[in-house]
Amino acid sequence: MDNTDKTAIGRPAGKGLGFRKSLMTLAASVVFAASTHAATPSTAEVNTTGLAVTDDTVTVGILHSITGTMAISEIGSVQAEKLAIDQINASGGVLGRQIEFVQEDGASDWPTFAEKTRKLLRQDNVAAIFGAWTSASRKAILPVIEQFNGMLYYPTFYEGLEQSPNVVYTGQEATQQILASIDWAVENKGAKTFYLLGSDYIWPRTSNKIARKHIDKLGLKVVGEEYYPLGHTQFNSVINKIKLRKPDVIFASVVGGSNVAFYKQMKAAGVDFTDEKPLLLTISVTEDEIRGIGGENVEGIYASMKYFQSLDNPNNKEFVAAFKKAYGDDMVIGDVTQAAYLGPWLWKAAVEKAGSFDIDKIREEFAGIEFDKAPEGYVRIHENHHLWSKTRIGQAQLDGQYKVVYETEELMEPDPFPEGYQ
Amino acid sequence: MFDGYTSSELMSIFAMQGFAGLSLFSVFVLMALGLAIIFGQMGVINMAHGEFMILGAYTTYLTSGFFQSYLPGLFGGYFFIAMILAFLICGALGALVEWLMIRHLYHRPLDTLLATWGLSLIMQQAYRSIFGAREVGVDLPEWMMGAIPVTEMVDLPINGLFVMVIALSVAVGVYLLMYRSGYGKKVRAVVQNRPMAEAVGINSAGIDRATFALGCGIAGIAGAAFTMIGSTGPSSGQAYIVDTFLVVVFGGAQSLIGTIVSAFGISQAQSTMEFFLSGSMAKVLTLLVVIGILMIRPEGLMALKVRR
Amino acid sequence: MKHSPLMKWFASREGMYYLALAFLLVVLLPLVLEPFRLNMVGKYLTYAFVAIGLVMCWGKAGILSLGQGVFFGLGGYCMAMFLKLEASTPEATAIQSTPGIPDFMDWNQLTELPWFWEPFHSFSFTLLAVIGVPVLLAFVIGIAMFTRRVGGVYFAIITQAIAAVLTILIIGQQGYTGGVNGITDLQTLMGWDIRTDEARNILYFICVGMLFLCLFAARFVQNRKLGRILVAMNAQEMRVRFSGYDVAAFKIFVFCLAAAFAGIGGALFTLLVGFMSPSFIGIVASIEMVIFCALGGRLSILGAVYGALLVNAAKSGFSESFPELWPFAMGALFIGVVLAFPDGLAGLYKSYVMPLENKVFKRNKSEAVPAVSTPAAGTTDGYSPMTETYSPEKS
Repeated sequence: MDNTDKTAIGRPAGKGLGFRKSLMTLAASVVFAASTHAATPSTAEVNTTGLAVTDDTVTVGILHSITGTMAISEIGSVQAEKLAIDQINASGGVLGRQIEFVQEDGASDWPTFAEKTRKLLRQDNVAAIFGAWTSASRKAILPVIEQFNGMLYYPTFYEGLEQSPNVVYTGQEATQQILASIDWAVENKGAKTFYLLGSDYIWPRTSNKIARKHIDKLGLKVVGEEYYPLGHTQFNSVINKIKLRKPDVIFASVVGGSNVAFYKQMKAAGVDFTDEKPLLLTISVTEDEIRGIGGENVEGIYASMKYFQSLDNPNNKEFVAAFKKAYGDDMVIGDVTQAAYLGPWLWKAAVEKAGSFDIDKIREEFAGIEFDKAPEGYVRIHENHHLWSKTRIGQAQLDGQYKVVYETEELMEPDPFPEGYQ
Repeated sequence: MFDGYTSSELMSIFAMQGFAGLSLFSVFVLMALGLAIIFGQMGVINMAHGEFMILGAYTTYLTSGFFQSYLPGLFGGYFFIAMILAFLICGALGALVEWLMIRHLYHRPLDTLLATWGLSLIMQQAYRSIFGAREVGVDLPEWMMGAIPVTEMVDLPINGLFVMVIALSVAVGVYLLMYRSGYGKKVRAVVQNRPMAEAVGINSAGIDRATFALGCGIAGIAGAAFTMIGSTGPSSGQAYIVDTFLVVVFGGAQSLIGTIVSAFGISQAQSTMEFFLSGSMAKVLTLLVVIGILMIRPEGLMALKVRR
Repeated sequence: MKHSPLMKWFASREGMYYLALAFLLVVLLPLVLEPFRLNMVGKYLTYAFVAIGLVMCWGKAGILSLGQGVFFGLGGYCMAMFLKLEASTPEATAIQSTPGIPDFMDWNQLTELPWFWEPFHSFSFTLLAVIGVPVLLAFVIGIAMFTRRVGGVYFAIITQAIAAVLTILIIGQQGYTGGVNGITDLQTLMGWDIRTDEARNILYFICVGMLFLCLFAARFVQNRKLGRILVAMNAQEMRVRFSGYDVAAFKIFVFCLAAAFAGIGGALFTLLVGFMSPSFIGIVASIEMVIFCALGGRLSILGAVYGALLVNAAKSGFSESFPELWPFAMGALFIGVVLAFPDGLAGLYKSYVMPLENKVFKRNKSEAVPAVSTPAAGTTDGYSPMTETYSPEKS
C-alpha cells in the first residue's frame, strides 16, 4: 500500500494550499479540457484533494457483503463491478490511469458498512466507492460519505425518498418500477383489483404506498395489503385471503428466503401463474432469485425491472457473453447486477468529462452524462443523481429467464420524491 | 371483512384455513420432534437443529440432481430415497457431534447451547463454501406439484398433504420407538433416573448417543420435507430456530405429547391470527401470547417436572 | 490518610490489573491507532458493558440470558431518539410535509410526533431512560420468571424469543421506530457535532470512563456479601433458599444490573457509531454478546472487557483479510471456549501467567509482599472510600 504513504504526505499540503491550488488546477484543467484527452494529464492537475491517484493508477473501493445473509444478493454486484473495472482497464483506463480496487466486506452488518466506508475514504483515499445493497446499509454509509465527501455508486432498485449529493443511484427508485407496470396491467390486462403483498420493511412498504396511490388515482381498487416478517416461510393464510378476495393482480414485493416459500406454496395451492388468474406482478424477483425459487414455480409471473438478461440488443449480448466468460456459463444476471455494472462506467464518463478525479468537480458534471453502451440500452444521469431508464415487463419462463413483453417507449424520469405519492 | 361473500364461499375459506393451520401444525411437529427428543433426554437445546435440517435439504438437492443425471426414469420416486439418506446422513453427523462435543458437556446444559451455536456457524459457512451463498432450487417430481381440487374454491396442495403424511408417520414412528420398543424403555429409564438405569446395566452413554443421532436424523427428514415448501440456502435454518424452540419449551420438557399439543396450539393460533390480522402482527402476537403463557406457567403445557 | 487505602489498592495485584487496562485504553491505544480505528475500539468497548453484565448474571449467578441485545438496543434507541429529535429541527426538515418530525415518520405519513417520543426532547429524561427502560423491562421479566423459579435453558430460550419479538416489532412499526433501517443520520448532541474526529475521540474517552465506572460497580457488588450469595445461589440454590434468602430477589437484582450495563453500552454505541438499528437487538447479535463474556472468562469482569475487545478485533481483522474464514473461526471459538477452556482468557491467565508473575513479584518485592497481598476482606475495605471519591463525578 504505497499509495497510503504518498497520500498521507499529500493531504496536509493540500489543506494548506487548498484554495489557491484548486484555482490553479481549475484553470489548468479548463485549458487542458480544451486541448485533448490523448496525453495523460499530470496527477497534480487531476487530483487536488489527496485521493489515491498516481501517475499510472487510481484506486477505487468496492464495498459489499461477502459474508452473512446478504452475501447471496450482493455477490452478483461485486462480479459486475469487477468486470466493468477490468474492461475499462483493458480499454486504457480512466484519464490514462489503470483502476485498482480495494475490496471490503460489509459482512451484512450495517455499522461495518459505515466503518469500512470510513476506512476506504480516510485510509485508502479511494476516488469512488461502488457498493451497498440494502437500504439499511446505504443509510449507514450516507452520513460518513457526506462527511468526508466521497462518492457512492449504489446499484439497487430502492424506495426513493433520498437524494444525496454524494450518491449516484444506478438502480431505479420506486416510481420507475411501479407506475408504468401498473399502467401496463390496467391497459393490457384489464386489471381492476389489486392485492399488495410484501416483506415487512421500508422498501415494500414504500413501494406499496406508491402503488396504492397510483391505483386510487386510476379509480381502481386495492382489496388487500399485507406484510410478513423477513424470513417468514408460511404463506398459506395469505394465499387463502387472496383466493377469497379474488384480485386481478397480486403485486408482490416479497424478498429473500420468503420469496422461495411464497412461490412454492402458491404453486402448491393450485395457482397456475400462466393462467394469469390472478396475474402476479412482482418488483422483487430477478433472474437471480428464480435460481433459488425454481423456474417451474414462477413460470408465468410478470416482473417489472429495467433490465432482463434476455434483452435483445448488441450491448447486452456483449455484456452477457463477457460476464459468462469471466464467471462461468451457468451465471445468471439480474437487474441489480446490471445496474452495478453501470457504476464504474458512469464514474469514468464523469471523470473524463470533468477532466479530474476531484469529487466536487465530478459532481458538477453528472447531470446529463450519457452512457449508450449500457446493457439495458441508453441511460442518462438526471440532475437528481438517479438514472433515466426504461421500465420493462418480463414474463418468467420455465428456464428461469424472462421474456420481455413490454417496454416503455420513453425513458422514465427518476422522481425520488414523487409528489402526490407520499 | 366477510361482507359480500356467499355462505358457501365462507365455508370453503374456513375449510382452506383449517387446512392451512394443519399444514403449519405438521411443519411445527416435524421441526420440533427431533429437538424435543434431544431436549427431553438430555436437557440439551441443540442450537444447530436448523442447520441439521438444512443438511437434510441439501441431501435432497444432491439426490435429486443425481437422479436427474443418472436415473431419470426413477425421478418420480427419488424423494423417498432422499428422505432416507437425509435421515442417515444427519443421524451419522449427529452421532459424531455427540461423541466429539456433547458428551463432554452433559453437566453443563447452558454450555451445550453455546457449543451447538458455534457448530451452527461452522455448518452454515460450510454450506456457503460448498453450495454457494445462493439458495438452490430443488426439483420436485411432477406428481408432487399442484393441488387436488375438492370443490371449485377448495384446493388441497399435494405437497402440503405430503408434509402432513410425513409428519404423522414420523410422530407415530417416534411414539412406537419410545413407548413400544426396548430402546424406548431404556431411554425412559435413563430420563427418569440415570444412576439407577446405569445400575441395572443400561449403557446410558450409548443411549445418549443414539438419541442425539435420532433427533438429528429426524431434523434431516424435516429438512428434506421442507424443500417442498421452503427455501434451501446456507442460512435458511435460522428462520426456524425461534419457532422450534418455543414449541418445545411451550410443550414442556420430557413430554413428546406436550410438544405435539403445543405445536397444535401455536399453529392454530398463528394461522387464525394471520387470517384476521396482517402477517407481522400475527407473528408478534403469537410469540407474545406464548411468552405470556410461559411466564404464568413456566413448566410448559405438559411437564413431568421442571423445578430443580 | 484518605488516599492511602486507595494507593494501597492500586499497588495490589488487582489494582495493577486495572491500571494495566487503563493504561492500554487511555494511553497506548489512542497513541498507536488512527482515529477511525480508535473509534472502532470504542465500539467494541460498548459491547464490553454487556459482557460485564453477563459475567455478573451468567458467570456469577448462573442465569444465561440470550436476550441481552434487547437491553443494549433499548438503551441505544433511547439515545438515538434524543439525537434524532435534535437533528430534526423544523429548519433542517423543511422539505418534509410535516417539518419538525424525524424524516422516517414523514415518509410513513405520520403528521405528529408520537406521544412516547415527546419526553425524548429532554436530555436528562433520555439519560434516565437509557438505564431506566432496560431495567424496567428486566424487572418485569425477572419478576415473572424468577419468582416462578424458571431458570436454565428455559430462561435462555424465553429471553431469545423476546429478542425475536422486539426485532419484529421494531421492523414492523417503521413509522414509529425507523424500521429495519433503524434511526440514522444522527448529527449533534446538544449542539455538539458528534461526527468529527475530535468528538469521536472525546466520546471514546467518555466510553472508557463509563466502562471503569461499571467495572467498579460490578466489582463492588461481587466483593460484597451480595456477590457471594449470587455465587452460592449458582452452586446450591436450594441451600441458599433454605438459609432464608429470597433467591428470586437476588436474581432479579443481578438481571436488572446486567440490563443497566447493557443499556449504558447501547447508548454509547449510538453515540460512537452514529445510528441504531434492529440488527443489534436480534438473536444473532445477542448470542454473540455471550461469547465476548465466555472468551474473557465468565467469572472475570476484567476478562469480559478483553473478551469483547479481542473477539471484535478478530472479527474486523478476519473480515478484512479472509471474510470466508470468519464464521469458521467464530464457531470454533464458541466450541473451543466451552470444551477446552471454560474459564476463558482469565482462566488461562491464572494457570499460565500468574505463576510467572508470582516469581517476579517475589524476587523484586520480597519485603512488600505481606502488605500487598491483602486478603479479600481487606481489599473490600480499601475499596469503599474510593467509590465515595468516584461517585460525585458520575452526575
